[in-house]
Amino acid sequence: MSDVTELETPGGSIGVYTRPKANTGWRDWITTVDHKKIGILYGATAMFFFAIGGLEALLIRLQLATPDGTVLGADTYNRVFTMHGVTMVFLVIMPLAAAFANYLLPLQIGARDVAFPRMNALSFWIFLAGGLFLNMAWIVGDAPDGGWFAYAPNTGMIFSPGKGMDYYAIGLQITGIASLISAMNLIVTVLNMRAPGMTLFKMPVFTWMILVVQFLLLFAVPVITVALFLLLFDRNFGANFFNPEMGADPLLWQHLFWIFGHPEVYILILPSFGIISEVIPTFSRKPLFGYPFMVFSGIAIGFMGWGVWAHHMFVSGIGPISVAAFSVSTMFIAVPTGVKILNWLATMWGGRIRFNTPMLFASGVVSMFTIGGLSGVTHSLAPADTQQTDTYYIVAHFHYVIFGGALLGIFAGFYFWWPKVFGHLLDEKWGKWNFWLMIVGFNMTFGPMHILGLQGMSRRIDSYSPGFGFEFWNMFASIGAFIIAVGVVVFMVNVVISARRARTAPPVGLDPWDARSPEWFSPNPTPAHNFDEDIQINSLDEFWHRKYGEDEDGRVVRVATAEEVCQDGSATDTHLPSPSYWPVVLAAGLPFVGFGLMYTLWFCVPGGALVLMAIYGWIFEPVDDPDGPHGHGGHGDEPTEDPPSEERADDASAETTEEAPVG
Amino acid sequence: MRPPRPLRRPPLADTAAVSHGHGTGTGLSDNKLLMWVFLGSECLLFGGLISTYLIYRSRFGDGPAPGDIFDIPFTSVSSFVLLMSSLTMVLALSALQRGDIRNNRIWLLTTALLGSLFIGGQVYEFTTFVREGLGYSTSPFSSAFFTLTGFHGVHVSLGILMLMSLLISSLRGTLTTERSETVEIVGLYWHFVDVVWIFIFTVIYLVPSPTS
Repeated sequence: MSDVTELETPGGSIGVYTRPKANTGWRDWITTVDHKKIGILYGATAMFFFAIGGLEALLIRLQLATPDGTVLGADTYNRVFTMHGVTMVFLVIMPLAAAFANYLLPLQIGARDVAFPRMNALSFWIFLAGGLFLNMAWIVGDAPDGGWFAYAPNTGMIFSPGKGMDYYAIGLQITGIASLISAMNLIVTVLNMRAPGMTLFKMPVFTWMILVVQFLLLFAVPVITVALFLLLFDRNFGANFFNPEMGADPLLWQHLFWIFGHPEVYILILPSFGIISEVIPTFSRKPLFGYPFMVFSGIAIGFMGWGVWAHHMFVSGIGPISVAAFSVSTMFIAVPTGVKILNWLATMWGGRIRFNTPMLFASGVVSMFTIGGLSGVTHSLAPADTQQTDTYYIVAHFHYVIFGGALLGIFAGFYFWWPKVFGHLLDEKWGKWNFWLMIVGFNMTFGPMHILGLQGMSRRIDSYSPGFGFEFWNMFASIGAFIIAVGVVVFMVNVVISARRARTAPPVGLDPWDARSPEWFSPNPTPAHNFDEDIQINSLDEFWHRKYGEDEDGRVVRVATAEEVCQDGSATDTHLPSPSYWPVVLAAGLPFVGFGLMYTLWFCVPGGALVLMAIYGWIFEPVDDPDGPHGHGGHGDEPTEDPPSEERADDASAETTEEAPVG
Repeated sequence: MRPPRPLRRPPLADTAAVSHGHGTGTGLSDNKLLMWVFLGSECLLFGGLISTYLIYRSRFGDGPAPGDIFDIPFTSVSSFVLLMSSLTMVLALSALQRGDIRNNRIWLLTTALLGSLFIGGQVYEFTTFVREGLGYSTSPFSSAFFTLTGFHGVHVSLGILMLMSLLISSLRGTLTTERSETVEIVGLYWHFVDVVWIFIFTVIYLVPSPTS
């Protein structure tokens, strides 16, 4: 078979690239298809955008600290708050969740990689291309200014004549492709590649929540894809989807956007729920209370999240019946969320709780999200919402769920899995400073916004006059925002200090937290091949059950050390997917296509050429290096054929190495 | 503590096993499952476009109304052509599964030709409409109509591209019975696009349209 392989080594046939070989240095990071490295790339990139989005937040708070603020003009202010929202939602929280999903999901199901490693790299590079494209709007000096929800007709050509909203529409379109590819990939991975014995209801809750999120993405992203296309066609090709003068429905955008947008908020929060569902049992030294309820409430949230979108539109005139229906469905969705909160509390109840930094952040999520959830329930009462809508009360609410819920959970995950990823712990003392600064700053910033909102301060205003009683709490909130910033800096310092210390300190050991889920079977940091051999899963919390048993009196006793249970990562004969240039080449083409749509179609030529070249290069490229005897099937439409190498590595004799050259 | 375990998906003896997804959690191969998942996502894409059309079908302003401009007999014929291409797609797959390479090529080519005929019909229909005064910017109805059917047309065109790629692959001698799953997966996409057209055809043409 090897002669066929050489014959068809396709990079060769195109003659531009050969298969990359490096697994060190920058070249490795560009071409890697390793889910762990891609996870780290996602995390690092998201933290970079987090810094940008955070600076935008500080600018907003500087402007609003005093009445008649003069830090930003009204126009710049609109751009800053729009980009703050877009950045934090699409370029920070979603990719941070993707970072955890990429790194941990294959480990938690006992797999060596995701189902389609090159596609995984592709989704990261496309996300990066989309993020850079969006922020390019700052450099061009025409950043989007229509809010993160970009209500048309306000964002149509008549009211937003600049290029800003085109950057928004195309940039989100590009990041949407990334989310969609990633979602398909992870769904196939979870459904097809679980370790022997791991039934769906032996999967860790984090994996479950990520699976639910991927299904939400799978079905929500195409809806905003439609909305963004329609907006783009309206703005650039003279379509009439959002032009009321021509008889268009001014609510169409809102419906399309929020049919995507409400599942989107669960896309933001569920990964964090998953993370703390791993952290809380570990640090309470108890199994998660009501595992099936946790899973089913996550699924229920996933389903019900589709039936509540119009609660964002109570004051838009959708009529009393719609308002009543969505009001009731919104109240209902609080039930599964409440189930989760009670289960976390019941997990902690009676446990021997250790308040390490991950646990502190996890408790922060439970308490802060409860506040955010309760203010959310107040929105479900349409008469109350009519008062609250478009005020700072709403701003307070969604920051309590997204910052207090999603972001704090992600920080819990950082501290919890840092040793898994980097082989050393983050410093506890700095970690506690990080937590307390963030939680205090957070409550100082967003707590008073409830009051400001109820006093009538509108969202999205660039300044306010003195004398309305807004001065004190605004100044208070601005001080809080800077305390959050200090907390984030402390985190960065912690990362650097801990890395430095780790050079001399002894390695972290196999099981720093006395953890429960299967990702800890592999040593820290995770070796390139993840697992030496398959793990047989017999129960939920398999890792814990291998360490503990019962004595004759039925008491829990330790029966094995982590060293006895864990693998040592010494396997050398594992077959890993080979790196590839094509994902980054393909992704690099997309922004050019975007610029082409906005400025002159000529830009589309190099962009399209890159994309086409990458697709065909990809298809003709064997999944594995020709040296690694192996091939795979392929199919069309998406350049997606990328079966994981390891499971079919041994049957090269039977497989042809040629790819199906399909679209 | 740890008895040695076999590799997660045991070494597969033959490609037929790979094609049929033995050793995977669902029993479907990764590639096929990926296509199913992707098609699930596509449902929502067309769902959004069809909903938009339904909202706008009676908002034709001063432009031509849908009921006045549609040529239902013509579109019925081109729809029939597209649906027949699903039949030939099935024939292509079954030929390959039997090892009948020659018929496989014939049916792949026929499917691509029928698809192209449909696209040709769509181009003719669009140009006729434009000549009769229904431009892309004429009304919300016209924008929604051209966008929905245009998106479907792009999907059919991508399908034709895949079919032609399969054909080239076959002519190079690499599309063999063992690889019939690739044809099956392209077939899934092709049938999906046809099924979507049944919905679009019903919603746009068969449901009585408003006239001016």
